[in-house]
Amino acid sequence: MGFLDIRNVTKSYGPVQVLHRIDIAVEEGEFLVLVGPSGCGKSTLLNMIAGLEGITGGEIAIKGRVVNGVHPSKRNIAMVFQSYALYPNMTVGQNMTFGLEMHGVPKPERDRALADVAKLLQIETLLDRKPGQLSGGQRQRVAMGRALVRNPDVFLFDEPLSNLDAKLRVDMRTEIKKLHQKLRTTIVYVTHDQIEALTLSTRIAVMNKGHVQQLGTPKEIYDTPANLFVATFMGSPAMNIVPATVVMENGHPHAAITDADGTPRTLRFSQPNLAQWQGKPILLGIRPEAITDPEGADRKSGNIQPLTNRVAVIEPAGADTFATMAVSGRDAIARMRADASVAPGQTFEFAVNMEKAVAFDPTTEERITT
Amino acid sequence: MSVATQDTAVSTGRFTRALIYLTLLLFAVFYLLPLYVMGVNSLKPLAEITGGNMMALPSEWTLDPWRSAWSTAQIGVEPTGLKPYFINSILMVVPAVAISTIIGALNGYVLTKWRFRGDTWVFGLMLFSCFIPFQIVLIPMAVVLGKLGLAGTVPGLILVHVVYGIGFTTLYFRNYYASFPTELVRAAMIDGAGFFRIFWRILLPVSGPIAVVSVIWQFTNIWNDFLFGVSFGGTSQPMTVALNNLVQSSTGVKEYNVHFAGAILAALPTLFVYIVAGRYFVRGLMAGSVKG
Repeated sequence: MGFLDIRNVTKSYGPVQVLHRIDIAVEEGEFLVLVGPSGCGKSTLLNMIAGLEGITGGEIAIKGRVVNGVHPSKRNIAMVFQSYALYPNMTVGQNMTFGLEMHGVPKPERDRALADVAKLLQIETLLDRKPGQLSGGQRQRVAMGRALVRNPDVFLFDEPLSNLDAKLRVDMRTEIKKLHQKLRTTIVYVTHDQIEALTLSTRIAVMNKGHVQQLGTPKEIYDTPANLFVATFMGSPAMNIVPATVVMENGHPHAAITDADGTPRTLRFSQPNLAQWQGKPILLGIRPEAITDPEGADRKSGNIQPLTNRVAVIEPAGADTFATMAVSGRDAIARMRADASVAPGQTFEFAVNMEKAVAFDPTTEERITT
Repeated sequence: MSVATQDTAVSTGRFTRALIYLTLLLFAVFYLLPLYVMGVNSLKPLAEITGGNMMALPSEWTLDPWRSAWSTAQIGVEPTGLKPYFINSILMVVPAVAISTIIGALNGYVLTKWRFRGDTWVFGLMLFSCFIPFQIVLIPMAVVLGKLGLAGTVPGLILVHVVYGIGFTTLYFRNYYASFPTELVRAAMIDGAGFFRIFWRILLPVSGPIAVVSVIWQFTNIWNDFLFGVSFGGTSQPMTVALNNLVQSSTGVKEYNVHFAGAILAALPTLFVYIVAGRYFVRGLMAGSVKG
């Protein structure tokens, strides 16, 4: 049993089921990120934990107490909203202590809690201002401060960074991570941004169409995605997915593909069990960073396969250079070192790290785990 | 607000500008003319009006018509002046405006932030009440007031105006609160505030602009109402009915100067409300509540 238990939870609006049997146990101090495209039900699930939405089936328990039907204010949770939801008529200080005031905490105690949190977030100088006089980043801090003051069991974040500009978002992401490492609080965080999910979380639940597609550590999610959806949703640029056939060469399973000119090529798999799929079609998944120039290949990998192919497009992106090529008729992207000497139209020998390659069943779209 | 308007104004040449000002000035003079006529004639002795020019300034300035209109003029059969009726009107308007505005605000709050099954129907029906002509409700209303024992009293008039005003005030507040971020209400719920606490501490403090709209609208309508006043006023008739009785009396000499003074007296409170409340009208209290 976890600190926050989501057991078999479903949600329906009339005949429309939006969440299907969600089962997640969150340990104390864990940073769980719910990630998925819009409409996947992640915000609904968060609102159900908060008590802002009713639970159709199953139960949610915080610290072993089932909270179905318990009023939001009695669940000992705090929430940071996407729009920050700061009360416009109150000062920053009043905003942050409003919850304590409503819970009947005496004034001296409120002031002490406020001073502590203001110091932690370095917003002492803002306490007498109104939200309208703050910048986006400052409002974000105040919104977090309002949650922290309450000292709740669980923090809920609903896309808290999506209203900030790109640079500030990266800064605040680091702040949130630091804060979590310092306070070791239990956090459930909703985002549609897979980078936020990977960088912040201790565990990720990837959601789509009301189902949890995969629940695991960022590394598990990234390296061994459970299905095609998780594979393509997590990671940027997205994982290359190309059709291939499993063939046996020298007793090892190989992926048979074609290059840009239609010439057949084979890449040896690192998973010997794929021999069972001999002769069958699969979908081969390779992350862009696993296709590189030979000098940039991972030296620790035990299975670097050469792939000669014609380059279609080159996209220099500062730190990396992306090369697009056709593999089995689909576009595939290679992530190379910034100064890799390659030109469009040129035939180039790429190095493919097949240790990182994954194979999917084309009919079920599940990863082949044999 | 005014700053923003200036920023977006199209820059025009000097000649065009002069033309615009001239036109505006002409219109202003035209609209102010009746007020001028009322003003000057209320400050003249009657002889100057009957024997001379309505537009001329008084040759002999006097406040007697005002005193007469306020305290001694013949209203119906009693020589009481307009004073008691003015007080009746105040006693009726202030509670009626306050109650209908508060109920409208609560309705708007419930209809937007505490949605329930069929709420759009309820709102639709309330909206419908804005379109019902006064005359249709006269007889049913008379029956209801009689049954309640409120016929011919100030509380009776207050009830009539509150009932009639709720449709409008609800419409104003509902539309205003519809754009109020629901996340704020949810945040307050998590913070532990209840139904009335959220209304009082979160919504009401930012409702200034729409409250002003509601107050101006209700005040003007209720103060200027004649039909309900004359039908249900009984012994406590409002200012409008008294003014009619003053001006329309068919016996004796028509004291035009007193009539003018009385008419201005009847119009003053609404004028006052516009001038005072209008300043708060444009204040954007919502600035920066959510994202900027």
